[in-house]
Amino acid sequence: MNIVEMRGITKRFGTLVANDKVDIDLGRGEIHALLGENGAGKSTLMKILYGLYQPDEVTITIEGRTQPIRSPAEAIERGVGFVSQHFSLVPTFTVAENILLGYEQQFRLDPAQMHTRVAQLATDNGFNIDPSAIVGKLSVGQQQRVEILKAIFRDCRVLILDEPTAVLTPRDTQSLFEILLKLCAQGLAVIIITHKLEEALQHSQRVTVLRHGKVVGSQETSSTTSAELARLMVGRQTTPVQRPANANASEPVVLEVSGLSVADKRGVHALNAVNFQVRAGEIVGIAGVAGNGQSELVSVLTGMLQPQRGAMRVDGQAVAFGDPRACTRHKIGRIPEDRLRGVIGDLSVADNLMIEQLDQFTIVGHLQPHAILEHAQRLINDFQIKAAPNDPVRTLSGGNIQKVILARTLAQDPAVVIAAQPTRGVDIGATEYVHQKLLEQKQRGAAILLISEDLDEILLLSDRILVMYNGRLVGEFDAAAVDLDRLSLLMTGAEKTG
Amino acid sequence: MMTLGLKFERLPSPVWVRAAIPFVAIAITFALVSVLVILAGANPFAVAYELLIDPLTKNSARGDILVMATPLLLTGAAVALAFAGGYYNIGAEGQLLAGAAAAAWVGQFVGDLSPWLAIPVMITGGFIAGALWALIPALLKVRLQVDEVVTTLLMNSIMGYIISALLNGPWRDPVSGWPQSPTIALSAQFPQIIPRTRVHFGFIVAAVVVIALWWILTRTRFGLELRAIGKNRDGAQFLGIRVERTMLAVALISGGIAGLAGVSEVAGIHYYLIGSLSPGYGYTGIIVATLGALAAPGVVMAALFLALVSRGALTASRELDIPIYLADVIQAVLLLVMLAVLLLTRYRIRRA
Amino acid sequence: MEFLLTLLGATLRIATPILYGALGEMIVERAGILNLGIEGTMLLSAFGGFVAAQLSGSIYLGLLIAVAIGVLLSLLMGFLSITLGLNQHVSGLGITLFASGLALFLFRIIYGGESIPPALEESFPQLRIFGGTSLEPVFSQYVFTYAAFLLVPLLAWLLYRTSFGLRLRSVGENPEAADTAGISVFRTRYVALLMGGALMGLGGAFLSLAQLGAFTHGIINGRGWVAIAIVIFGNWRPWRVLAGALLFGGLQALQLRLQAEGVQLPYEIFLMLPYVMTIVAIAITGRNASYPAALLKPYRREG
Repeated sequence: MNIVEMRGITKRFGTLVANDKVDIDLGRGEIHALLGENGAGKSTLMKILYGLYQPDEVTITIEGRTQPIRSPAEAIERGVGFVSQHFSLVPTFTVAENILLGYEQQFRLDPAQMHTRVAQLATDNGFNIDPSAIVGKLSVGQQQRVEILKAIFRDCRVLILDEPTAVLTPRDTQSLFEILLKLCAQGLAVIIITHKLEEALQHSQRVTVLRHGKVVGSQETSSTTSAELARLMVGRQTTPVQRPANANASEPVVLEVSGLSVADKRGVHALNAVNFQVRAGEIVGIAGVAGNGQSELVSVLTGMLQPQRGAMRVDGQAVAFGDPRACTRHKIGRIPEDRLRGVIGDLSVADNLMIEQLDQFTIVGHLQPHAILEHAQRLINDFQIKAAPNDPVRTLSGGNIQKVILARTLAQDPAVVIAAQPTRGVDIGATEYVHQKLLEQKQRGAAILLISEDLDEILLLSDRILVMYNGRLVGEFDAAAVDLDRLSLLMTGAEKTG
Repeated sequence: MMTLGLKFERLPSPVWVRAAIPFVAIAITFALVSVLVILAGANPFAVAYELLIDPLTKNSARGDILVMATPLLLTGAAVALAFAGGYYNIGAEGQLLAGAAAAAWVGQFVGDLSPWLAIPVMITGGFIAGALWALIPALLKVRLQVDEVVTTLLMNSIMGYIISALLNGPWRDPVSGWPQSPTIALSAQFPQIIPRTRVHFGFIVAAVVVIALWWILTRTRFGLELRAIGKNRDGAQFLGIRVERTMLAVALISGGIAGLAGVSEVAGIHYYLIGSLSPGYGYTGIIVATLGALAAPGVVMAALFLALVSRGALTASRELDIPIYLADVIQAVLLLVMLAVLLLTRYRIRRA
Repeated sequence: MEFLLTLLGATLRIATPILYGALGEMIVERAGILNLGIEGTMLLSAFGGFVAAQLSGSIYLGLLIAVAIGVLLSLLMGFLSITLGLNQHVSGLGITLFASGLALFLFRIIYGGESIPPALEESFPQLRIFGGTSLEPVFSQYVFTYAAFLLVPLLAWLLYRTSFGLRLRSVGENPEAADTAGISVFRTRYVALLMGGALMGLGGAFLSLAQLGAFTHGIINGRGWVAIAIVIFGNWRPWRVLAGALLFGGLQALQLRLQAEGVQLPYEIFLMLPYVMTIVAIAITGRNASYPAALLKPYRREG
């Protein structure tokens, strides 16, 4: 008998349908992989199960009891546990304190007794963990185990793990699944939200693939192949309209990145020896599932993050890392991943349109209001921004904020454009507009690096496509000859090539 | 179960609502405070008249308002600049005293200079002293990310004791034995600028500073950068603004302006340094800046209003036997009411 | 020897109001709130306690009123900083300014412009233990002092050995985690504020109902700010806060004693030392200091 049955789950956010009549079953003692690209609706579905979102249409049956789940507290009470990517642990507390917090049972706390209790719980479930250790001093892998133990302590029968291996070293990943297997042997049901194909294949008994909010496949893991899953996940039967790759290989290299490596405090590589070049008049797209190092790449290239190793050159000149002004000096136009970081919401549109070029609009430290206003009006016209120069940017729609950033960046005729998720969360009209502007820049001769989670966007605009997986560039395609099956396999880590 | 938290959704409020906010806040404040007035055995309306209207009808009282507004304009400007840049300088009181000490010291040695030289030298000295006193918390903030609220606050107490040590030690008046510094030279004393009032040159200093504040915040690159940092520090960093350098400059200039308030009190009113020089102008500056929405025009209005109430409280205490501390209570209540009213009009409230 | 014992006795006495204030502030900060209202709260409590005791003739009623005022002002702080989510430092300063102004205003209304401050006919007596022995100068203290020192282990126990303490600390360190563990962040913070307010009220009451038996404008004289410094200096831990309060009391006692002996010295150096040491300590530890991680941050649930 299934422990969880979700039927006809539909969840809309405004006009976006995040989950469309999703059915999913979870068996006792199984590890169930929920596979899909970003925005496929995996997290939404699980947040519904955990009571964080209220679906529009739903039937959730847990252990034979059909009842809506209105809050995480209710979910916990019904035996559902959730370990998100951001642990909710108190770093200054011990392991035991974190696990017992909110469930102490008595007013007086006896640390020795707490430790024994947690130690017992840990051994019973095959965890090797010191109850008296301070959580903030543990590795991420150990912290994750504390989170799992916390869920088990709250008598969890259904455990949801959101991208559990995203922050783990391979060794930690190994021991995570060893622990999960033991727990499943005792009857725990586990759902793993993941976009890593390999992981789903290796560790799950059943796999459900979501695409655009719908279930596109659900089967025994043993009866499927990585190729099939990759196709289901990325799911494009037809090759997109062939566009001539009109970048000329004889154009000079403008942007050159070599040996870029970024490691975090624990030595886990977010970027690992990344090399690529972008020529004048060329759009290079970086394809990949989110969380494979794209954010770090963007941060480094936009001057917000200092890499451990590597170099970046524009027109042959080295660009200093960690200094946003160096980017402006070398004519690198930047469209940040997070729109709200690219603007100061409380300042006016006019101010935001010139804030990267303050030198041009100041005379001995004095702002030139007429020049600023004229500049703003010109860009508002040129870029069809629906706003007045004096409106605070925060009052604008997402698409118009993006146009403000685009206008500021592109009006400088940049030599290089770093466009990160340039159409994330904006409507179709604005999306087309952004695409058109990027193509104009390409015509003008700019070297454009497009980093996007939206594969269609990459396929539509790029002359060359690089695939990023686990902090490395693992494949390269000419836009004229994209093998979509292989692209899918590379993106999901199913095929390992260099 | 009682819900202890509220949820706020930002709402654009119509212009007339925003224009009405100060008046609503003042009305609520006076309604609340009238309880105290009745306790004191007076008629709230009579007291309101004494506080808000009467001072405006007399020439000398109008002058006093400007005198009383002078230190508030300066500390208000100092705090407004810092807060606008996202630097929560609670230390204006100590910086004011540092400036006052510098003025009292410099003022003793400039007797041979003409006022045209003596006064600028003293003003510069006071500015530098205030800025230096702001330096340590500013460096801790910029270099070590130590929160400035507590450090600037503690620096106030330290400066209070330094002043006390100076007045009880080297600066004690040798003749009277009082803890007060020697009188500053005649050439360093601020001249009276409006006949038959006590309005002194310090008011001009304050006016210049407030205009400079307005100019900095609205017309200069530095002002734009500091506002950007105050509103969105990460964004400012991304946009290539030198966050640390700008923040340090903001902290020091803020301290310097607060120092000028001390100079003005020494050189314009007392002509020597005493321990009770400031009845908390540095803290009142926080009220002025907050009521003034961290902008120069607001600072002017708030400082003048608080000065009006303070001046009115003088008469009210004489005429109606209302304790003069009523002014302090009104200032504090107005601050809290204004904050609450602002929040309630800008946001729609739901239970969380 | 006798000199040292007398000095120790004075140290304990001087440390008492600071210790109440600092322990109160410590609890509040441990829950994630910086209460800059402490200075005004202590003043209004000292005043209210004094007035109640004087008018009713009962020092116990005075004590009750002092504590009640501390609690009420903390309730106001909670409304501003927790419920409305306003800036903690502006709210706190506003409360200090309000409470100070109110205390002085009411003092003038009740006692007029009397030049000699009114005094209580009966104030809390000193409790002598070891009377007649050489330890007498150390242990001639007010009940408040003994109680304050008992509070230290009590609060240490409460913070580290009870579920209440665990929850309170979790709310100050990671309110999101506390919330997901089913703990009401708002309620816990209110409770911490009210407890802290009661302690601040006791600190004020000690001065006006016991040590001085009178009320003056300068009765608190920055003791609230010292308490804030000592909380940081004491790393938000009860025993270290005690050490800080004793250090402050000792410096102050030594300074008073030396002055009484006719030694010429700038006594202010002693008084500013706790502040200087706190800032030096902050500078040395920097952001590594064990600040409650959620200090100064209003909590709002996502979504």
